[in-house]
Amino acid sequence: MDITTKYLGMDLHSPLVVSASPISENLNNIKKLEDNGAGAVVIYSIFEEQIVSEQKDLYYYSSLGDISPEAQSFFPDQKEYRLGPDEYLNHIRKAKQSVKIPVIASINGSTTGGWINFAKKMQEAGADAIELNIYYIPTELGLSGTDVEQTYIEILKSVKSVVNIPVAVKLSPYFSNMANMAHQLDNAGADSLVLFNRFYQPDIDLENLIVTPNIQLSHTSSSRLPMRWIAILKGRIQADLAATSGIHSGTDAIKMLMAGANVTMLCSALLKNGIEYLKVIEKQMIDWLEQKEYDSIKQLIGSMSQLKNADPSSFERAQYMKALSKYKF
Amino acid sequence: MKDKVFVTIDGNEAAAHVMYRMNEVCAIYPITPSSNMGEWADEWASKGIKNLWGNVPTVVEMQSEGGAAGAVHGSLQAGALTTTFTASQGLLLKIPNMFKIAGELTPTVFNISARTLATHALSIFGDHSDVMTARTTGFAMLCAGSVQEVMDMGIIAQASALESRLPFIHFFDGFRTSHEESKIELVPDEQIKQMIDDDLVMKHRQRALSPDHPVLRGTAQNPDVFFQNRETINPFYIAAPGIVQKVMDKYAKVAGRQYKLFDYVGTPDAEQVIVIMGSGGDTAHETIDYLLSKGEKVGLIKVRLYRPFDIQKFLEAIPATTKVIGVLDRTKEPGATGEPLYMDIINALHEGLSEGYGKLKTMPKVVGGRYGLSSKEFTPSMVKSVFENLKTQKPKNHFTIGINDDVTHTSLDFDPDFDIEPPDVIRALFYGLGSDGTVGANKNSIKIIGENTDHYAQGYYVYDSKKAGTLTASHLRFGPKPIRSAYLISKANFIACHQTVFIEKYDMLKDISNGGTFLLNAPWKKEDVWDNLPKMVQKHIIDKKVKLYSIDAQSVAESSGMGRRINTVMQVCFFAISGVLPREQAIDAIKDSIKKTYGKKGDEVVKMNLKAVDNTLDNLYEIQIPAQVSAKYDIREAVPEQSPEFVKDVLGEIIAGRGDNLPVSKFPVDGTFPTGTTQYEKRNIALQIPVWDESICIQCGKCPMVCPHASIRIKVFDPNELANAPGTFKAIDAKDKEFAGMKYTVQIAPEDCTGCGVCIEVCPVKNKTNTSLKALNLSPQIPLRDTETKNWDYFLRLPETDRNLLKVNTVRQQQIQQPLFEFSGACAGCGETPYVKLVSQLFGDRAVVANATGCSSIYGGNLPTTPWAKNNDGRGPAWSNSLFEDNAEFGLGYRVAIDKQKEIAEGLLIKLQDKLGVDFVNEIINAKQLNEPEILEQRKRVALLKEKLQKIDLYESRRLMTVVDYLVKKSVWIIGGDGWAYDIGYGGLDHVIASGKNVNILVLDTEVYSNTGGQTSKATPVSAVAKFSAGGKVTGKKDLGMMAMAYGSVYVAVVAMGAKDDQTLKAFLEAEAFDGPSIIIAYSHCIAHGIDMENPLNQQKMAVDSGQWILYRYNPELAKEGKNPLLLDSKAPKIPVAQYMDSENRFRMLKKSRPEVAKGLYEMAQEIADDRYKMYQYLADRKFDGEQQ
Repeated sequence: MDITTKYLGMDLHSPLVVSASPISENLNNIKKLEDNGAGAVVIYSIFEEQIVSEQKDLYYYSSLGDISPEAQSFFPDQKEYRLGPDEYLNHIRKAKQSVKIPVIASINGSTTGGWINFAKKMQEAGADAIELNIYYIPTELGLSGTDVEQTYIEILKSVKSVVNIPVAVKLSPYFSNMANMAHQLDNAGADSLVLFNRFYQPDIDLENLIVTPNIQLSHTSSSRLPMRWIAILKGRIQADLAATSGIHSGTDAIKMLMAGANVTMLCSALLKNGIEYLKVIEKQMIDWLEQKEYDSIKQLIGSMSQLKNADPSSFERAQYMKALSKYKF
Repeated sequence: MKDKVFVTIDGNEAAAHVMYRMNEVCAIYPITPSSNMGEWADEWASKGIKNLWGNVPTVVEMQSEGGAAGAVHGSLQAGALTTTFTASQGLLLKIPNMFKIAGELTPTVFNISARTLATHALSIFGDHSDVMTARTTGFAMLCAGSVQEVMDMGIIAQASALESRLPFIHFFDGFRTSHEESKIELVPDEQIKQMIDDDLVMKHRQRALSPDHPVLRGTAQNPDVFFQNRETINPFYIAAPGIVQKVMDKYAKVAGRQYKLFDYVGTPDAEQVIVIMGSGGDTAHETIDYLLSKGEKVGLIKVRLYRPFDIQKFLEAIPATTKVIGVLDRTKEPGATGEPLYMDIINALHEGLSEGYGKLKTMPKVVGGRYGLSSKEFTPSMVKSVFENLKTQKPKNHFTIGINDDVTHTSLDFDPDFDIEPPDVIRALFYGLGSDGTVGANKNSIKIIGENTDHYAQGYYVYDSKKAGTLTASHLRFGPKPIRSAYLISKANFIACHQTVFIEKYDMLKDISNGGTFLLNAPWKKEDVWDNLPKMVQKHIIDKKVKLYSIDAQSVAESSGMGRRINTVMQVCFFAISGVLPREQAIDAIKDSIKKTYGKKGDEVVKMNLKAVDNTLDNLYEIQIPAQVSAKYDIREAVPEQSPEFVKDVLGEIIAGRGDNLPVSKFPVDGTFPTGTTQYEKRNIALQIPVWDESICIQCGKCPMVCPHASIRIKVFDPNELANAPGTFKAIDAKDKEFAGMKYTVQIAPEDCTGCGVCIEVCPVKNKTNTSLKALNLSPQIPLRDTETKNWDYFLRLPETDRNLLKVNTVRQQQIQQPLFEFSGACAGCGETPYVKLVSQLFGDRAVVANATGCSSIYGGNLPTTPWAKNNDGRGPAWSNSLFEDNAEFGLGYRVAIDKQKEIAEGLLIKLQDKLGVDFVNEIINAKQLNEPEILEQRKRVALLKEKLQKIDLYESRRLMTVVDYLVKKSVWIIGGDGWAYDIGYGGLDHVIASGKNVNILVLDTEVYSNTGGQTSKATPVSAVAKFSAGGKVTGKKDLGMMAMAYGSVYVAVVAMGAKDDQTLKAFLEAEAFDGPSIIIAYSHCIAHGIDMENPLNQQKMAVDSGQWILYRYNPELAKEGKNPLLLDSKAPKIPVAQYMDSENRFRMLKKSRPEVAKGLYEMAQEIADDRYKMYQYLADRKFDGEQQ
């Protein structure tokens, strides 16, 4: 069965790509992902805040001193510092040396600060592409939707201006008109849209009266939102589409590909079931394809997109009415 | 200057630089002001920097200076080129080995940044009292008087040692030279190499102990031969001065600077000549140049080689015309016929004249004098005064200069306004706060000037004696000629005040010259600046036609992402208005320097600093000066008007920065000072202070417990007391049933609080309608200062809560006890002081404290004031510091003396029982005094006894009166840090806990030598980066508690107040109750860990939660009852050690600099934590006979 696909201009031997997660923090895992059939791997994200705050912390704490004539400093100077970014770049380099599948670096930020230059260093370190994860929750009352959208465009343009490898944009669905946002990003040069970012919603710890981060893994139903938008966008923008969220089985992946995704990204499924589960998903996918007598993945990519669907309205508001009317007490 | 390499470094770095290159082994131990030399060596070794022969020297830290000397001796005997660095008490500890090293003719160089020896008081500052004690060791002694000379003499010493086979002390003035930054010519490695003869190195190796050519050294000898054998070394000492001069001559050819054993400066027909060693020589040199220009016939001899003293060369250096010689000693030798250099000169003249050496025909008059003890200023005015004394008919002998001795009238007068500094020298003074980066910025500025111009530069930095809110004064000079001014700036062209708060505290413009420039960092609008200045400042500005500039540096720094670090902003201001460099060139140079300095720490840091540079100039304003003083307030008095006389006349003057003016008569003769004096020093250093929300307070008592400065307190009192309370004074009903009907208050001392916020961190309550608020919340201090000061004064007048009412085993009630340790100078958020304060609350009225040298002795006993205080009965801890190394023994001495006097008292009671009543005597002798009420009863008995004794006129009764107070139980506390307990004092500590004597040892474990700037101790955990472990500590922390438990007879507790405060309290109570030695090892978070000092308790929690720090109590009393004596108070670890480690810079730093090393050491840390917990759990779970199986 031919399950090859094209993503970001690269030929992948499988549409099963591993998304940015702690799995890729370990080089052995990356090798294992390749051995278990991953088409590509997106390395864990390096965060804008991490780049900035790590440097500031080191600067601040290492330069503490002058509290008395006896204690004018507290820490010895070091020959060199290998800060988070340096470690990350080193990780990319080593990953590239140890696997043949494409290695995609991931950078997570929400401003056009100096960290953008870091994208260039990722390219120099050998990354095949960059996934730009714009994780941005605007809370300022005076900030308009247009301003927010503009920020996305500017971040993308800044990154595109410093690299020549493909840049994918991973973003959230929270726009007044997702299609227009996708269109704008497409025009600004995005090589792919990765749909969607899952925002982890904080929780309240009743015992200590503090807000705590709360990470919940996705489940199959999480795939519906990206599936809809991939189907709507397929064929209407130039950029590739990558599906992420809720892909836990071979059939989940097939659905996303039919909606129009070039690749499907896995994370929660592997965190839950282990890296070897990649093989299971691949087998489920191939079994289905064989059973239905498909020749290749390429055949079915976008086959159920809105443009190619017998009932285009099914991805729009009409579908909502149908869904409700089917629901009986 | 073009083809020479110039660097701007301090004396310690200059010494370390050359020593590192010429040696193979460095044995080190920290002691101020020499620690930096060892730190440099360790840092360079960790970076792989090589010596002249292409090897990376081995740097080994020892447990004490004595240990370092032993290691040096061994390393030399085994054939390696070996050096060491030390000062003061450290040199004393090396002396026994030095006699051996010299007796065995072993070449080495000991580098000494000469420092005062502790006598009536410790002093970290510079004089020659230490090196003078080593003059009998047989070491040659070579003195350097400036940073350049340190580099030069270091090389000369090493080369001379190898050739002469004598070991050398290479010394220079502590702080004045060791810490002065100066632009000097770097001696390139190839020049150093030319000075070191490899053949001599080979010979040194050939003399080494080796089983391949075995010899015996270190014999014991008898009266028949020792004497003759001792005289065999004479030829080496006779030859040494000639060798040193030969090396100096060679050095002149190699490096271009010529030295002589005795360098003469002055006119060849001088009539008055002074003889001096060290940095004072440069000041004298500068003054002589001035006096010669006035036609004076004066001269100076700088002594370079002090031992072996070459009489002939000295005589040859003296002009034939000399009539009077003044010898200046930077030391004091009480009871001697004179100070050592003076004695040497007299002897040399006497002997030299009889031998016919030199040009002198007759014996000149010789007088000696003391100067510069403990870095006392030595200025041109003082040099001039010495010459004036020499010119008199009968010069004063054994004089002092620099002080006012109104008791024995030894001092010479001098004119404080005499100023000879040339106009082409720019003199700038900067007042900053310890943590604001001022000193760092100034160090950077002199490097910029040194590197970008042909100007010479000098920087010297002065700190006050508090660790929180430290005032730093940076003295910077720039000029076209080498700067010989080895003294502070007294007339500045430029003064900058980097912290607004100082403007109302210090009269800093008294030192500004006419037409000078004053730069002020203030948060005011430019039009409001003038009106906010105190009267004195306005007057100086108008009278001296000062140019005033202002900037709101905090805002500029914050808007540039720099937080509170204003260093770059103020540095730019200095360059922009001082005219030291053309403005554009200066700005470019600062930017280059930022890139160079911070580049490796990341682009973001560079970026924000560059942004700060750009933002500064737009916010710097020149202020127009009105013609009249218009201020409504003036600089505050240092201490309140109603303070006790001694506080006002002496301590207050020191606080105000006028200590130099105090005469001898004002001081105690034996180093004894009153306690309870910090209360008069209202420092007002907090920007924000806590405000109590009484409506939600649960009265848990945690806030006063963790407060490092005893500036938040509780009282429970009768409601009637509230009648006269200020309107804003808050009180609520006390919740505990023991206090039914009483009122409860929490009060903040607004002027003593440092604003650290630890009380807020610990507060367990949250406001139900707004969870961002607690029962304590920070609020700006200035608007609260007046009202809260009134409330605080009122609080102090409320009666102390009856101690007998309190359940002392609960934090909520125990914390009502009055602290007798308050407002120390410790860092804001200090992790040590809450434990010390707890001792003072629980046992203070009967405690005597032995305090090892370190942070706790500095915040506990550094003048001007002490936090150790008294209660309303006048009782409180009596405190003393002996040494660093002997503290346990010192405390044991207290115990045996107390026990002996109690025994004497009991004996006398029995002798007097017929007069006093047998029952009464028995009651006193048999009183158990196990708890506070019982002790109170005994106090009453003793009071009655005193009354009775007054009426008995017998020798025994009078004798009993002198020891009667020992009948009330006394509590001996031996307090110190981990450097003392784990390293230098461990031998003594071990002996004391083995003694069975009833002492309590409190180890404030910060896991580094905090006071000297964070050097590794054996308490430092694996993987931590600290000084002397620049590459990360590769071994685990010593388990001191386990070692103490091995005796089985010692009470041992390991505590962490921030993790489990009730366990801490129990441990302190049990330790005191245990009738034998007790040791408490207390986790003390520290600024040296690189942590958020506003939330330090979280670090303690994480340390415990990860198993890195295991809480337990081992009580031998339980074993007597057949129970397992070990109670494990820590639960099984619930977070990985790495999680704790990643939250502290000391560990993170290794990950960020050597991730591959860190990986292994992190794993090792986890293994150690796992294994230790298993071991403790096993020990604690064992069933003892008396327990149910």
